[in-house]
Amino acid sequence: MTKVLIIAEHDGEKLNSSTAKTLTCALAIDSASVEIAVLGGLQCDAVCDQVAALDGVSRVLKLAREENSVPVAAVYAPQIVELAAGYTHLIAPSTTFGKDLMPRVAALLGVPSVTDVMKVIAPDTFERPIYAGNAIDTVQLAEGISVMVGTARPASFKAAGSGSAAAPIEAVETSAALPTHSRYIELRQQASDRPDLQSAPKVVSGGRGVGSGDNFDVIYALADKLGAAAGASRAAVDAGFVANDMQVGQTGKVIAPDLYIACGISGAIQHLAGIKDAGTIVAINSDADAPIFEVADLGIVGDLFTLVPELEKALP
Amino acid sequence: MKILVCIKRVVDYNVRIRVKPDGGGVVTDGVKMSMNPFDEIAVEEALRIKEAGNADEIIVVSIGAKQVQEQLRTALAMGADRGIHVETTENIQPLTASRMLLNIAQSEGVDLVLLGKQAIDDDNNQTGQMLAALWDRPQATFASGLSFDGGKATTIREVDAGLEVLEVDLPAVVTVDLRLNEPRYVKLPDMMKAKKKTIDVKTLADLGVEAAPGVSSLGVRPPEGRQAGKKVETVEELVKELQARGLVND
Repeated sequence: MTKVLIIAEHDGEKLNSSTAKTLTCALAIDSASVEIAVLGGLQCDAVCDQVAALDGVSRVLKLAREENSVPVAAVYAPQIVELAAGYTHLIAPSTTFGKDLMPRVAALLGVPSVTDVMKVIAPDTFERPIYAGNAIDTVQLAEGISVMVGTARPASFKAAGSGSAAAPIEAVETSAALPTHSRYIELRQQASDRPDLQSAPKVVSGGRGVGSGDNFDVIYALADKLGAAAGASRAAVDAGFVANDMQVGQTGKVIAPDLYIACGISGAIQHLAGIKDAGTIVAINSDADAPIFEVADLGIVGDLFTLVPELEKALP
Repeated sequence: MKILVCIKRVVDYNVRIRVKPDGGGVVTDGVKMSMNPFDEIAVEEALRIKEAGNADEIIVVSIGAKQVQEQLRTALAMGADRGIHVETTENIQPLTASRMLLNIAQSEGVDLVLLGKQAIDDDNNQTGQMLAALWDRPQATFASGLSFDGGKATTIREVDAGLEVLEVDLPAVVTVDLRLNEPRYVKLPDMMKAKKKTIDVKTLADLGVEAAPGVSSLGVRPPEGRQAGKKVETVEELVKELQARGLVND
């Protein structure tokens, strides 16, 4: 019988949407017993309540201690290892949080880690993308591997629902010695009122063709009209037009919105790896031969500085 | 400070990969191979640390068949001091690789291990974290900034929410992201000089490690492709199409 433990990702107040997607992955392994651990500071009750409300969760484990108020992998990992007894699967979202943490947990347990699970074939067999998503590998854990440790690719799973019932929340304590060699100093974040890029149903992105940080105003205006998140290609981030947290692609965020509008983005393979699970892709580009048109459901060739404002005005 | 940089030989990032018809991986025969681009950034960073007077020696290590010496030579031509080649034709996975690297990091007494955040072939993003865990030392993954002050390093990490500043005590493992630096080009005379630098060859047995893959591949397939859709001529048409799909209000 399998028993899954998910490590929740949150910012201290709000649960990250990738956790509910990881839950869907976990339920595909075993719908009978999925528990979620919340490692957080002393005030993490709000996050625990959000986790408890998710449909299909059997139990929430609350590990509240001062050291857990910021996500440092070297601090979280020994606590998760201590919790691991009795579980057959330990899974976190395949975000920078989960990718940082889970290999450390796996190595401490002496087992391999499976990155970017996109489909569960059997409790020990999974599909995952390799070569920037240009090939799909079906991997099976070797016999004798006692626990599967891995990360679930958020773009491959729909978020589990919430609100039907509340799972019990249990406070747990661990005795693991926590290292002091890694010290979190701060998070530098761009203030934004727009929806979260990773979970937004609609995303408008700009690329090198936008030309400058100021010119990104046309992208933001369309995004705001649609209630969409704003994203960017690597080229736009490298050029310094916008901050790294807006980057969509192999490096950056892998997303699956219902609607993705790419403006002035040529469609490098690394960018396409980040959007291939999108519902509808719209491309606006002046180069009719740009690779983005090979994957776009709807394309329009022309100057983005004419077309994007025109689209914004035409939308009801 | 002594720095160990770990590099992997992979299919060149410009190659459009093809899945073998029998599902046994991707075609690598006759395909251009290169140093993993993230590892190249790690080599460059080590060189800059040394040039700034913060390191005395840079050792580069690679695991694999005889051919990985080509990539070691490239790193030596860039400016690394010496190489270690762990020669094996076995399937080496991240946990095994990290056990070998641990052995080398400890026997060489290095203060910093630099490597790419992931290799662009299997995209695992694990080896640095696993090495740090086995070594019981700090890890700073996704680094786009790195500076030193005594026995400490301050790293800027590119995380989903923005830029995280993490301070770690040395020795530490740092995995590097794209925007940390732009690697230098190797000049022909440097390539010639690199031939005189030493590469020590070791076996798995020398390092006391067995290959023991924990994961096996049952088959590789191409992804479901997206088909090109249609081009529209006007914004008005585009809006109608989006409305027909229920993506925007009528």
